[in-house]
Amino acid sequence: MNSPLPAMSRLSAWYLFGIALCALLAPWISPFEYDAQDTAQTLLGPSFSHWMGTDTLGRDLFSRLLYGARVSLFIGVVTTAIALVIGTAYGAVSAYAGGRTDHWMMRFVDVVFSLPDLLLIILIMVVMGKGVLSIFIALTMVSWVTVARLVRGEVLKIKEYQYVTAARALGAGPARILWKEILPNLHGILLVTLSFRIPSAILSESTLSFIGLGIAPPASSWGTLANEGWQALRFYPHLILFPSLAIFMTILAFNFLGDGLRDHYDPRKRQTNRQ
Amino acid sequence: MLGYLLKRILHGIPVILVVATLTFLIMRVVPGGPFDRDKKLPPEIVANIEEKYHLDRPVLEQYLLYLGQAVQGDLGPSYKYVGRNVSDILAETFPVSLTLGLCAVLVTLGLGIPAGVISAARRDTGIDRACIFLATLGISLPSFVMGTLLILLFSHKWHLLPPALWEGPKYVLMPAFALGAGFAGYIARLLRSNLLEVLSADYIRTARAKGLKERTVVLKHAFINAVSPVISVMGPLTAGLVVGSFVIEYIFSIPGMGNYFITAVTNRDYPLIMGVTLVYAVLIVFANIAVDLLYMMIDPRVRLNETSGRRGG
Repeated sequence: MNSPLPAMSRLSAWYLFGIALCALLAPWISPFEYDAQDTAQTLLGPSFSHWMGTDTLGRDLFSRLLYGARVSLFIGVVTTAIALVIGTAYGAVSAYAGGRTDHWMMRFVDVVFSLPDLLLIILIMVVMGKGVLSIFIALTMVSWVTVARLVRGEVLKIKEYQYVTAARALGAGPARILWKEILPNLHGILLVTLSFRIPSAILSESTLSFIGLGIAPPASSWGTLANEGWQALRFYPHLILFPSLAIFMTILAFNFLGDGLRDHYDPRKRQTNRQ
Repeated sequence: MLGYLLKRILHGIPVILVVATLTFLIMRVVPGGPFDRDKKLPPEIVANIEEKYHLDRPVLEQYLLYLGQAVQGDLGPSYKYVGRNVSDILAETFPVSLTLGLCAVLVTLGLGIPAGVISAARRDTGIDRACIFLATLGISLPSFVMGTLLILLFSHKWHLLPPALWEGPKYVLMPAFALGAGFAGYIARLLRSNLLEVLSADYIRTARAKGLKERTVVLKHAFINAVSPVISVMGPLTAGLVVGSFVIEYIFSIPGMGNYFITAVTNRDYPLIMGVTLVYAVLIVFANIAVDLLYMMIDPRVRLNETSGRRGG
């Protein structure tokens, strides 16, 4: 009963592909060095030579945005991937073990889950100090619990299927059943989760960098760029508009893609995912 | 009902205790204290400071001291705002954050519920698609982007609303909207999908067969059954709104708890960080209890389960 992806989702997928390509090729396609200062050309508006204008130090905003895409996307994708692995393993083991083990494993998840993401991330950042590595760890630590809950629910359902019973009857051990019989059936829900968790990680990172608690210059993500633009909001709004637009469009594309994927894998369940 | 309420509050205490303990330990483990300066302080001064803030005692004693005082409402002195107690700062800033949060909840529900109802009632029409599209836009628009856009348009361009501070009703509008609008998208989409499910139920067909107006069917018969999942996400959502206010308070320079929290994190003002975290934990516990009570009032099935004691925690 799989329906093809709607046009909006396919468009989003292409957009994301394009952005990822730009990020990968940033050193070759950006018109200027991202840190090249030109004090004669500060705070210019968008023009032909500087598509998105220049910042207070005369750096080309378009080039900085391309390099920012590397940081923002990399953090979003990698933290989500790690969280997905941890969450899947945890949720699957918890559901398959059942009973008391399941109860306590989920109790722990519930405690982490009940605290707001941003608060938890900031507290972790306080402990670890600013920097890319701390952001990685903080984002992964809040993200995996969502995955664990989803996967657990799914595995609870799958493990009652007859073919799993059949595998057990044939003498397959728990590890083999989880790996060979259950995991392949999770790919739909994992793909959907991936496309909803990545924008959420990008959002957290950019929010954090925007309020000055995330990635600090010279390394800059879209959030850092937005923060720099915020300092000059009143007279040079282009400095904040372009990074904001990049963040917004990317999150939007992931959401459209996620909606499409969810309906694709389960047309009956058109529900809003909590992120 | 009263017993249940008491039980829930008792269940909430360990959560708050865990949060208090964790933040306390974390703050003691972190390298780099609030009194680290570029210039080395003379050892006598360091000893004096440590004595004043009880930093010379064993960690366990510090912890018990902190808890004992916290129960009495004393969260210790702020490291950065000399001469001020954390409790005083919180007492001053919490009402501001609460007002902002509640206004944002109003925005969320005020936009989300009508949008959800309308798009479900006009399923697969242009209005429906427009509502869904707008909701997805709202979900994808970070609150700080929304905030800056509002300031650019309403303050800098049209000079209609003040861009910052907190001095009257006019100052609430933009922050509350920036904070609440995104969550309205969630509510709209959630309500729509629940309503569509309920509208295909048999009793709705009966209601329609009786010749009731479509308006009555949707608003009176279907709505009450579709709204309970919306209520159940209100708990986490309130928490999200409260924490989301970090950013909004920062953007609009609102003297609320979130703004102080950001400054406290930058300054490593540990007592203030711990104080704010504790207040959030308490707030979340109570928001969840309130939501569950509301849930019980609306959905009799939940009430039955509660009295038979099936649901713990």
